[in-house]
Amino acid sequence: MVGERELETATPFSVGKPPARPDQEPGFAAWPWSPADLTRPDPTTCKAEDTDAHAHGLLRVLDDDDLAKGEWDPSLDDETLLEGLGWMMRLRIFDERMMKMQRTGKLSFYMRSFGEECIAIAQTMALETQDWIFPSYRQPGAQFVRGRSMISMINHCIGNIEDNVKGRQMPVHYTWKEGRFISISSPVGTQFSQAVGVAMASAYKGLDEATITWIGDGASAEGDYHYAINFASTFKPPVILCVVNNQWAISTHANLATGGRNFAARGLAYDIPCLRVDGNDFLALYSATKWARERISAGLGPTHMEIYTYRAGAHSSSDDPSVYRNEDEFKCWPGGDPIERLKNHCIKKGIWSENKHNKLAELLDDEVMTAYKEAVKFGDLANGPYPPASTIFTEVYEEVPWHIQEQREELGK
Amino acid sequence: MTEMNMIQALNSAIDDRLSNDENVVVFGEDVGFFGGVFRVTDGLQKKHGAHRVFDAPLAEGGFAAMAFGMGINGLRPVMEIQFADYIFPAYDQIVNEMAKIRHRSGGEFTCPVTVRTPAGGGIRGGHHHSQSPEAQFTHTPGLKVVYCSTPRNAKGLLTSAIECNDPVIFFEPKRCYRGPFYGDPHNVPTWKGHPDAEVPEGNYSISLEEANLVMEGNDCTVIAWGTMVHVCKQAIEDSGVSCDLLDLQTLVPWDRDAVVTSAKKTGRVVVVHEAPKTSGFGGEMVASIQERCFYHLEAPIERVTGWDTPFPHTTEWDYMPSPERITEAIRRTQEV
Repeated sequence: MVGERELETATPFSVGKPPARPDQEPGFAAWPWSPADLTRPDPTTCKAEDTDAHAHGLLRVLDDDDLAKGEWDPSLDDETLLEGLGWMMRLRIFDERMMKMQRTGKLSFYMRSFGEECIAIAQTMALETQDWIFPSYRQPGAQFVRGRSMISMINHCIGNIEDNVKGRQMPVHYTWKEGRFISISSPVGTQFSQAVGVAMASAYKGLDEATITWIGDGASAEGDYHYAINFASTFKPPVILCVVNNQWAISTHANLATGGRNFAARGLAYDIPCLRVDGNDFLALYSATKWARERISAGLGPTHMEIYTYRAGAHSSSDDPSVYRNEDEFKCWPGGDPIERLKNHCIKKGIWSENKHNKLAELLDDEVMTAYKEAVKFGDLANGPYPPASTIFTEVYEEVPWHIQEQREELGK
Repeated sequence: MTEMNMIQALNSAIDDRLSNDENVVVFGEDVGFFGGVFRVTDGLQKKHGAHRVFDAPLAEGGFAAMAFGMGINGLRPVMEIQFADYIFPAYDQIVNEMAKIRHRSGGEFTCPVTVRTPAGGGIRGGHHHSQSPEAQFTHTPGLKVVYCSTPRNAKGLLTSAIECNDPVIFFEPKRCYRGPFYGDPHNVPTWKGHPDAEVPEGNYSISLEEANLVMEGNDCTVIAWGTMVHVCKQAIEDSGVSCDLLDLQTLVPWDRDAVVTSAKKTGRVVVVHEAPKTSGFGGEMVASIQERCFYHLEAPIERVTGWDTPFPHTTEWDYMPSPERITEAIRRTQEV
């Protein structure tokens, strides 16, 4: 972070405050970090202490002019760059449409990844297909990369008869085992410590599998975060632990969530290499994740990352951020917008144009609308068909025990 | 058959599963080299390797989460919570995660974890080494809840718990680890010579659906689990009343047919547990029996339980249901 932590009061104890409330002018200090700052240590020999600068600086590849610079430039081919851009655009357009569906009563709830589209997409692209994705609710983009159909995702969000979790979870709480995308849980942070166990099982079985997981700056106050980092330190499993520091946990700014100013460096004391990465820089995230994956392939175990970004949208469809923060604050974020930055990079490379961008956006919007129309053929929120009521009683246990069978018979469905 | 105490029987069950299922892993506080504070995992690390039997950092919530992650990725973890009183840091992982994952994922992920934990009083453990929190888990759909009482059923039930594809909370009455307990702290026998100390070697399982009819009688049904099974046996003998004594063994799902058959036969029921009365699992028993057997009942159903207070240290014999209190309850059912 830049500058001192801001406080509402220092006495009788410290209570933090965000940089700006709704009636205050938003703004952030300019970043002192540039892509040339950090070397790329050999991932197969790097120790935690070799990452002190990486934990305290900011790993960037795209500079202020959106040109790729420095040792961490992954030198991706044009196809990969445009694939990443396409997935991010698809997610943003998908989110915008789905939020409109929520506002018009067609979904009960929704959460966008607005401003954070880059994270799961770049990182999943950098991983192997056998690697486990253990997300929080703001990494749905990983499913696009792994090939989940948009119709299947919308079926879940509606909770219709084709919802693979049978109408049991709120929207955006995706599960998709085929894509190694593990079920999302509402209690924030639980996945972080569980991911260590998933990774330990992969190691136990002798498989070349990594597990990646994410937690918010707010949820990193949960015990689960601290369990995870200590267990990862103790057992050295093949896990990539990412703290998405997007500044806000609903209305709780990071300044109210911890007295520290840095999430990445927490891992150093646990003997885990740490990277602090620009979360709006596709190339930096891709590169950092590849580096962590190379460590795993070399049998060196965990990497801890802080992904430094800004939650540009509301927490969820139930949230109204205008009550607690200035709504223009995201426009001041020094990291800019992840899609704009990769788009500009591709244009400057001569492989993309405003015209192509706009055309793709139109195509994607059509794709989303077509997918929605296909999905509602399996039921919409107002009229169903929903999964049958019998699904209340199934899969609580492997076999339905007598007391649940009796209750099902009592319902009579 | 080999004569074993409960610790040896539990060790035998875990050893057998480790030997026959490569996906079984065992961890918890002090369970590795040391073999656990109660020695249940004694020798297992040496025999099966430190990658299969190992110490976890002192964070119940952390290793419950680890067990969850291993479980959904194909392993079959057996984790020890050193005392049931220390299970609460893991409560979120057990109640919101292990218990829900099969259902919430539409059956795509499952979590076959066994959570073993010594529970109950009678060892001068005060309120943080004596609690019996079974009701805090029976109220959570998705969990099976088991409470063993003898070396034989400890082995049989633990084997089934480990083999079960659902998460199982497995309570071990620590008072009975080295011998049955008949309610007299000044006269504590070992398991030596007890018929239920004869335990089969190798694979031996008991269904997680069955109660055990410990004593058979005509005039009253006494339902208990854990240490209280033995205290009830003493109380029944002291009362002179002809009783069925049902050791529930598995609380979720409990053995409906055994309970209903016995309650209808005797028309008089006493439910006994160590845990506090309010919202205890005895309340569930009483309610279910009146729903199913009302017209067969001859007397109000009695509950004999721990008090609705924290478990005490030096006065624990006035806290735990005694043979005297249970005897009085059995006799009251006969007076109507």
